[in-house]
Amino acid sequence: MPLRSFTKWLVVLLVLHGVIAAAGFFAPYSPIEQDRDRPYLPPMRLHFFDTQGHFHFRPFFHPLRLRESAFDQYEESTSTAIPLHFFVRGASYHLLGILPMRFHLFGASDARICLLGTDAFGRDQLSRILYGGQVSLLAGLLGAGVTLFLGALIGIVAGYYAGWRDELLMRVAELFLALPWLYLLFALRAFLPLSVSPLEAFLLVVVVIGLVGWARPARLVRGVVLSVKERDFVRAARGFGASHLYLLRRHILPETASVLLTQAAILVPQFILAEMTLSFLGLGIPEPISSWGNLLASLQNYSVLVSYWWMYLPALAIIPFFLGYLGLASSLQERPAAYKIVEKKSWNPS
Amino acid sequence: MHYLIRRSLHAVFLLFGVSILTFLFSALTPGNYFDEMRLNPQISPETVAALRAQSQLDRPLPVRYVHWLSAVAHGELGFSFAYNSPVGPLLWARARNTLLLTITATLLAWLLALPLGIWSASQFGRAPDRVLSWATATLLVIPDLVLALGLLILAVRTGWFPTGGMISVGFESLSPLDKLRDLASHMVLPVLALVLSALPMLVRHVRASVAEVLEAPFLRAALGHGIPRRTLLYRYALRTAANPLISLFGFSVGTLLSGSLLVEVIMSWPGLGPLLLEAILARDLYVVIGCVLLSMLFLVAGNLFADVLLYWADPRIRTEASAK
Repeated sequence: MPLRSFTKWLVVLLVLHGVIAAAGFFAPYSPIEQDRDRPYLPPMRLHFFDTQGHFHFRPFFHPLRLRESAFDQYEESTSTAIPLHFFVRGASYHLLGILPMRFHLFGASDARICLLGTDAFGRDQLSRILYGGQVSLLAGLLGAGVTLFLGALIGIVAGYYAGWRDELLMRVAELFLALPWLYLLFALRAFLPLSVSPLEAFLLVVVVIGLVGWARPARLVRGVVLSVKERDFVRAARGFGASHLYLLRRHILPETASVLLTQAAILVPQFILAEMTLSFLGLGIPEPISSWGNLLASLQNYSVLVSYWWMYLPALAIIPFFLGYLGLASSLQERPAAYKIVEKKSWNPS
Repeated sequence: MHYLIRRSLHAVFLLFGVSILTFLFSALTPGNYFDEMRLNPQISPETVAALRAQSQLDRPLPVRYVHWLSAVAHGELGFSFAYNSPVGPLLWARARNTLLLTITATLLAWLLALPLGIWSASQFGRAPDRVLSWATATLLVIPDLVLALGLLILAVRTGWFPTGGMISVGFESLSPLDKLRDLASHMVLPVLALVLSALPMLVRHVRASVAEVLEAPFLRAALGHGIPRRTLLYRYALRTAANPLISLFGFSVGTLLSGSLLVEVIMSWPGLGPLLLEAILARDLYVVIGCVLLSMLFLVAGNLFADVLLYWADPRIRTEASAK
């Protein structure tokens, strides 16, 4: 049963990540294509019924025009109806970063269709959210990768070699755990360069996020290693003259897998949020690259907050991912219990 | 008492450790506050060099650390370049506001979480429990950043609460009662954001540990003796389930401090959060170190408080400590 729920959540997450990975296909426009004549276009509505009340199978929309004597108030010009087309040719992009393509899921020929509105430069919000997701998710995933690698390495060294190494590493881990994690994140960020190119900024964010969280997985891994290395099969292998490296690779590392997997499911969403927080506050990914965090940065401007509610929509993009990872984590946490019972039954039939 | 002394010593060790760690990290910093001055043609290189020397930035790291330690002993915590004043007084004013927010939120979150969790556990598996579980699960998947921004937009559009700062214009001229009311109305939004982001985790933990205890035979026996439900839940079950919850209390302080950092920036609450952010952007080294250390001090204090609480609540720890 828990295994099935694990698979279910894994599929959900794969689909969600797939949509973001194929952002070029699902996004109707390029994330940096500007339309400066139409800043802060509100989300456009798709219609099925025309003004006469006739039903149309193909959805259509009315282009927006500026209201008279207003600079950011739009209204639908109901006289023209532009049909929505699927699988249209548009701006070229590289699917998954390699495959050059021009096809987009949907689009329209005569006017831009901005289902989630546009920002101050008239850039399509939906496209920016989808492309921004690539940056945010990648930062979260890579950050979690760095953290888990560090955590596993340090945990194994501390647990396996014990002695002064264990003492030292665990004391340092305590220091990292003694700080509220957002303060730690900021402190690390504070001591690194501020104005950098987007790529450097991305790498910086990944490194900073990756360095923040290693202490908890390291302690968990250490605990597992401490108990595993005293188990009979490990002692037997050591008795047969297995080298440290062999023991670690063959017997000890596999035992830490379930802990690491659970930690990954917990850490990835937390780290996606960390990237969002850093970029939101201007310490992360800079414009014109979009990320879920810097898309929200404009909300720090009070007038944007009051007038353009759709600038908040990027914030909601993370929620399905949080849900997916939460489900995955809880299904993983259920697993060890069931696993233990089975193990007990088969190994100690007393 | 040995137990508490040991915990306090541990806290002191942590403080020293983190301060050394932050100093080590600060050595990695490329550039400092005075670098921008160098670009300014109106400031001579000699002035910049003199300022650097005055702030001890040209001295080696251990010297700076010792110098800083003596400043800490004087309650100054180093010197802020941007504010041109000692960091200590600057921090205390901001820290008070952060504490006001965090302590209120912590108390409120726990006061809500305990009855909700206990009630949920007593209804385990029935409709109210399931509704509450759904509610906490929903709140759990809304990250604090999203929640705080959402609340802010709600407040802006409805005008129910003031949306920024800590006090209104003309605060000085208000009567004491109105002052309190003004402060409270400004606190509603940030406290709500903090409580809502911390609550689901707390409720879930309370529910889980109380539900586990409710299975225990002694509680069935107590129920059989006709002890009222309320006494049973709050006096017996809660007391037995308290141990992991008290440890969670220390952890929740850390979560709320982190949350508070973000919420303060979003809702322009004049706490440590905005100060830290400004200091990072201005490369105001000692303010950053001060903020980080202070946040840690709060967290360690929270954990120490949890330890005291545990010592008081769990007789096993007391006997264990005296046995040693």
